[in-house]
Amino acid sequence: MITKRIIPCLDVKDGRVVKGVNFLGLADVSSPVKLAEFYSRSGADELVFYDITASAEGRALFTDILTEVASTIFIPLTVGGGINTLEDFGRVLGCGADKVSVNSGALRDPSLIGAAAKRYGSQCVVLSVDAKRLAGQFRVFAKGGREDTGLDAIDWVRRGVAAGAGEIVLNSIDTDGVKGGFDLELLAAVCDAVNVPVIASGGAGCPEDFVRLFQTLPKVDAGLAASIFHFGEVPIPDLKRTLRQAGINVRL
Amino acid sequence: MVAIVDYGVGNLFSLRSSLAAIGEEALVTGDPSRLRAADRLILPGVGAFGDAAARLRQSGLDQVLLEEAQSGKPLLGICLGMQLLLQRSFEYGTHQGLGLITGSVTPIAPAIPPSYKVPHIGWNALNFPPRRSLHPLFRGLHPGDCVYFVHSYYAAGCESDTVATTEYGAELTAAIARDNICGVQFHPEKSGDLGLTILRNFCEL
Repeated sequence: MITKRIIPCLDVKDGRVVKGVNFLGLADVSSPVKLAEFYSRSGADELVFYDITASAEGRALFTDILTEVASTIFIPLTVGGGINTLEDFGRVLGCGADKVSVNSGALRDPSLIGAAAKRYGSQCVVLSVDAKRLAGQFRVFAKGGREDTGLDAIDWVRRGVAAGAGEIVLNSIDTDGVKGGFDLELLAAVCDAVNVPVIASGGAGCPEDFVRLFQTLPKVDAGLAASIFHFGEVPIPDLKRTLRQAGINVRL
Repeated sequence: MVAIVDYGVGNLFSLRSSLAAIGEEALVTGDPSRLRAADRLILPGVGAFGDAAARLRQSGLDQVLLEEAQSGKPLLGICLGMQLLLQRSFEYGTHQGLGLITGSVTPIAPAIPPSYKVPHIGWNALNFPPRRSLHPLFRGLHPGDCVYFVHSYYAAGCESDTVATTEYGAELTAAIARDNICGVQFHPEKSGDLGLTILRNFCEL
């Protein structure tokens, strides 16, 4: 049986991991390469790197970092942030990324999804969606959750998959940072709407949140989180043992 | 020297990096004379079978691969590269493969329950056929060890040469081998330390 995936997410700015990282025993806690090695050894099933750099210099630094990570870490790597064109896909795939995550870029130009799927294959096109409850529906937000697009999240996900997205990362703005568990209601609605892998993001505070996620929604394929892993609150080996004990199939 | 067959299909960055990580200097080339000079060959590939098979034929690399495989040189096909070792594929029409191993490539979807998603993406466990000794490619691995898969088609009709399978609503072929020719459906270059072990084993065949 296929295993449920646990995915740490790293935000990179000007070549360094941002958001506080607090690992004992890591000399350089903001080095993306060191962190990637650490997570790979801890049993992470995949890594997501978000480039939150604004400048061209920072972007060049990011691709250098990505190249170094992909030369030393041999698990799937997803890259997101600043993906607006087919050339952006080519740039990060050429540095060793396996999948590319689009969010605002696809909202601005929905044809990007289909064009990328045609050129690089659906398996490497990940549609990342930031959703929030508004006026009785799940609404898609752009620009890191600051701008209401007016789009219904379930419709947008359906359209994205029909266009060729091979995987969905669903970030719930309502549960993000609250550490009260994943947004099961939103995730259930998306899992019912599409038949591609769905990665849950936003809200994990403890291992039990992952147990509840996979037990309640067996169609969810993966759980993604950032700070609880970075701060060592939830060590991945412990998380996976807890999941295994709860009868959830994971790679140990 | 390992040569990675470059026929314009797929991203070879990770494969070359993972070989470097195990101390194997790999050459990425589509030059027949350099492929013939290599000690072993890796045939990678992602994308559609028909397009990849056509590229191999147009470049004449199909003949090089057939001759080198028949001469006894170790050959490893990865993902689509494994599927190309078989006789034919039914992916968008019918296409001829290299025919080095008996079998054909068919869609996963009709073989599994509808609740299973296609493509089959993620880490899945390897099973090794009982009553058969472990293939040297998997030396050091154990049943239940997980490797990383991404595919929508699988190898069927190759039971006698199947050396590993994986369970995804049906028993899917994970690896095939006959003499010096082997193929893996999963991505060893994305399967962590176990993947590197498999690549190392291939380099010692």
